[in-house]
Amino acid sequence: MKTKTFTMGGIHPADNKLSADKPIEELEIPIEVQIPIAQHIGAPAKPVVKKGDKVKVGTLIAEAGGFISANIHSSVSGTVGIAKEIVGTSGYLEKVISIKVEGDEWEESIIKSDELKKEITLSPDEIQAKVKEAGIVGLGGATFPSHVKFAIPEGCKAEMVLINGVECEPYLTADHRLMLEKGEEILVGTSIAMKALGVDKGVIGIEENKPDAIKHLTKLAENYSGILIQPLKVQYPQGGEKQLIKSITGKEVTAGALPIHYGLAVFNVGTIFAVYEAVQKNKPLIDRIVTVTGKNVSKPSNYKVRIGTPLKELIEKAGGVPENTAKIVSGGPMMGKALTSTEIPATKGTSGVLLFSEKDTKRADETACIRCGKCSTVCCLGLQPFLFAALVRKRNWEKLEEAHVMDCLECGSCSYTCPANLPLVDLIKLGKIEIKKLREARKK
Amino acid sequence: MSSQMLTISSSPHVNGEQTTQNIMFGVIIALLPALMVAVIFFGIGAIKVTVAAVATCVLFEYLIQKYMMKSTVAITDGSAALSGLLLAFNLPSNFPIWMVVAGSLVTIGIAKMSFGGLGKNPFNPALVGRVFLLVSFPVHMTNWPVPKWLDFSFADSATGATALSVLKEGLANGQSVGEMQKLMELPSHISLFLGQVGGSLGEVSAVALLLGGIYLLYKEIITWHIPVSFLASVVVISGAFWLFDSQQYADPIFHIVSGGIMLGAIFMATDMVTSPMTPKGQIIFGIGCGLLTVIIRMYGGYPEGVSFAILIMNACVPLIDKMVPAKRFGVK
Repeated sequence: MKTKTFTMGGIHPADNKLSADKPIEELEIPIEVQIPIAQHIGAPAKPVVKKGDKVKVGTLIAEAGGFISANIHSSVSGTVGIAKEIVGTSGYLEKVISIKVEGDEWEESIIKSDELKKEITLSPDEIQAKVKEAGIVGLGGATFPSHVKFAIPEGCKAEMVLINGVECEPYLTADHRLMLEKGEEILVGTSIAMKALGVDKGVIGIEENKPDAIKHLTKLAENYSGILIQPLKVQYPQGGEKQLIKSITGKEVTAGALPIHYGLAVFNVGTIFAVYEAVQKNKPLIDRIVTVTGKNVSKPSNYKVRIGTPLKELIEKAGGVPENTAKIVSGGPMMGKALTSTEIPATKGTSGVLLFSEKDTKRADETACIRCGKCSTVCCLGLQPFLFAALVRKRNWEKLEEAHVMDCLECGSCSYTCPANLPLVDLIKLGKIEIKKLREARKK
Repeated sequence: MSSQMLTISSSPHVNGEQTTQNIMFGVIIALLPALMVAVIFFGIGAIKVTVAAVATCVLFEYLIQKYMMKSTVAITDGSAALSGLLLAFNLPSNFPIWMVVAGSLVTIGIAKMSFGGLGKNPFNPALVGRVFLLVSFPVHMTNWPVPKWLDFSFADSATGATALSVLKEGLANGQSVGEMQKLMELPSHISLFLGQVGGSLGEVSAVALLLGGIYLLYKEIITWHIPVSFLASVVVISGAFWLFDSQQYADPIFHIVSGGIMLGAIFMATDMVTSPMTPKGQIIFGIGCGLLTVIIRMYGGYPEGVSFAILIMNACVPLIDKMVPAKRFGVK
C-alpha cells in the first residue's frame, strides 16, 4: 500500500530502536507492588479494599471515580498494606495501594491460556461494559479511559476505527514487539472495536521503520474482513492522534473537537490488545509491555510487567543502572517524564524506561532567538512557539491564550529543533498552567 | 541510586544538531566561493577589505558586549564575523581601510547592538553599514577597480564603473541598450555570470553565489522561498519592461546577473532575523524586494537598488508577519 503522512511540520530524530529485535520477556513478580489510584486522565479511582484484605490477580481494588475514570485491579495476589503516598511518575505525591505478594493466584473468571479466541460472542453494549470493567485506558501514553471512546455522543456516527501502531517516539519498541508477537490478537481486538462501534472498516497505521510488523500484519489481515494495514512515513509525531488521522484519512481534527466528531475512534495497538484480553479472556488490565533501554544499558529489552512493579526491578533485569546515568525517563525521549527515583512503580501509562547519560540528554546553554522560525515550521499544529516563549516571559497570559497555546500537544519538536536552545516546551507548559488558573478564576 | 544524582527537566530529553553557531558558520562557508572569486579578480585589495571588516566587526561586538552592555560576550556565535564578511562583500576592493572601520562601527554598533544585539535588529546590519558608507562616501563607494586575473601587486589598479551605472548613464545620455552592447560598453552576460566585471568585491560572481546558495539549501539553513521569489519577480518585472521596449530596458537575464541581486537574494534578504517567519510571508517579502529593486534601478537616482529594496522590506517584516500568520492545523 502507498505510504502516507501528515503535511504540517514534523521532525526526524534519530530513532535509536535498540530493543526492536528483543522478544517480550515476562518479568518476575516483585515482592511488593504499589498501585497508584490515579493512573489515567480524569477522576482518581476510589479504593474498595483496606489494609489486611486478601486479593487475587484481577481483584478490583479501586473503582472508577466518575465517567471519565477507570477501574483499577490488583496485578498480584497477596495482602493489602496500609494506604500511603509516594512520589510518582508525575513528580508529585500520589496515593497508592500497596500489596505484599503471596503466590500467584488469579481470579477464577480470568482465562489464563494464551490460545487465540477469534469468535466474538459479546454484543456491542457488552463489549463497552467489559472494557469499562477491565479498567482499560489508552496505553500509548495519554491514558485516556477507553470505554469513553465506545460511548458515541449524540449526533455522531462512527465510520472507521484507527489503530495506532506508529510508535514514533525514538527508543520505544513495546508496540513493535506486540505487533510481531500478538498480531492475531491485535486483529481480533480491532474486529471487536469495529463491532462495538458498528463500523465495517478498520485501519492499522504503522511507521515504515517497522517493515517486519507491516508485512506480518498485512499477511494476517487477509483473513479479517475490513481491516487494512497502512504504512506511514517515518516522521515525528506521526503517532499523535491528530497527525495519524490526517495521515490516514486526510481529515484535520480542529482544536477542541474529538475524533468521533469526524466519525473516527483511535486506539493504540497496546490498548487494542488489552481490549482483546478483556473481551475474549475476561482479563482486566493488570500488566503491560515496557521497553527498558538506553545507549549504555547492557541489555535493552521489552518486558511484560505487572502494574505497580517498581521500575528498579525492570532496570536491574536489563543490566542495572549504567555508571554514567544522568537522567531516567518514563516514556519516550520526546514526551516522557524525567523520574526522581527508580522506586517509582510502573503504571498503565509506562511505555518505556530510558536511561540517559549526560551526553545523550545534555541541554546546551540558551542563546538569543534569531527569529529563524524553525520552531513554527516544525510545529505539527501550525503554532508559533517563539511567540509563546516571549509571552510567557512577559507574563502576558491573555495574549498567550489568544495565540492558541492551549492547542499545543507538547510534542517537543520545537525545542528539539531550536538552534538557540530556547526551553520552548518548558515555557509552554508553564504558560498553560497559568492559563488554566486564569480560566478557573474566570469561572468563579 | 540516590535521587540527587538524577536530572529532572521537562521533555524533550533529546536535542537536534543545529545551533546558531553552525548556522552562522554555515553561511560563512557558503560565502567562500564568492570570496575566492573576489581574490582572483581583485587581488590583495579584496583580502585587505575583508580582513579589516571581519576583524573590526568582531572587535566592536566584543567591546560593546563587554564594556557597554556588560553582558556575556557571544562573539563565538559567528554572527559578528558574518556581518563583517557581508559588509566587505558590499564594498569595492580599493575601499580605504579607515572607512571600512567606520562601516563596521555602524554595522555592529548602530544597526545591531543598539537594538539589543543578535535577533533583535530590525534591519540587516551589513546593509545598514553599506548604505551608511554609500551616502557618506559616494565617490569611494562607486569607484570600482577593473577586475584583473590573479594580480597581487599593491599598486593602485585602474578603476571603472559597474555594468549598472554604465547602463544608467548611457540611457540618460540617449544611448540605447543595443548600441551599448554593440560598442562593448556593457559586459557580456557570461562575464557577469562569472564575475569578471567591476563591482563590490563579493557581488560580482553570480555563479559563485549560486553555488553558496545551493549549499545553504542543502544544509537547510535557508529555504527557497525568499531567493526564488526575489529573483523570479525581478525576471518577470524587468522582462515585462524589456518586452515592451528592448532598446530602453535591459533584458531580465542581465538584471539578475548584474549588481548585487544574487548576493542580496541569497545571502542578505534571507537573514533570518530580518525576514518574515512564514513561507507565505517570505514570498511576499521576496516579491517586494524584487519589485523595489527593479523600480530603483529603472527610475531611482542610484543605478543599484538591492540594498534599499531589502532595507525597505525589512521595515515591512512586522507587518507581513502580522498579515500572514502561520496556518493553524484544522483551521480553514
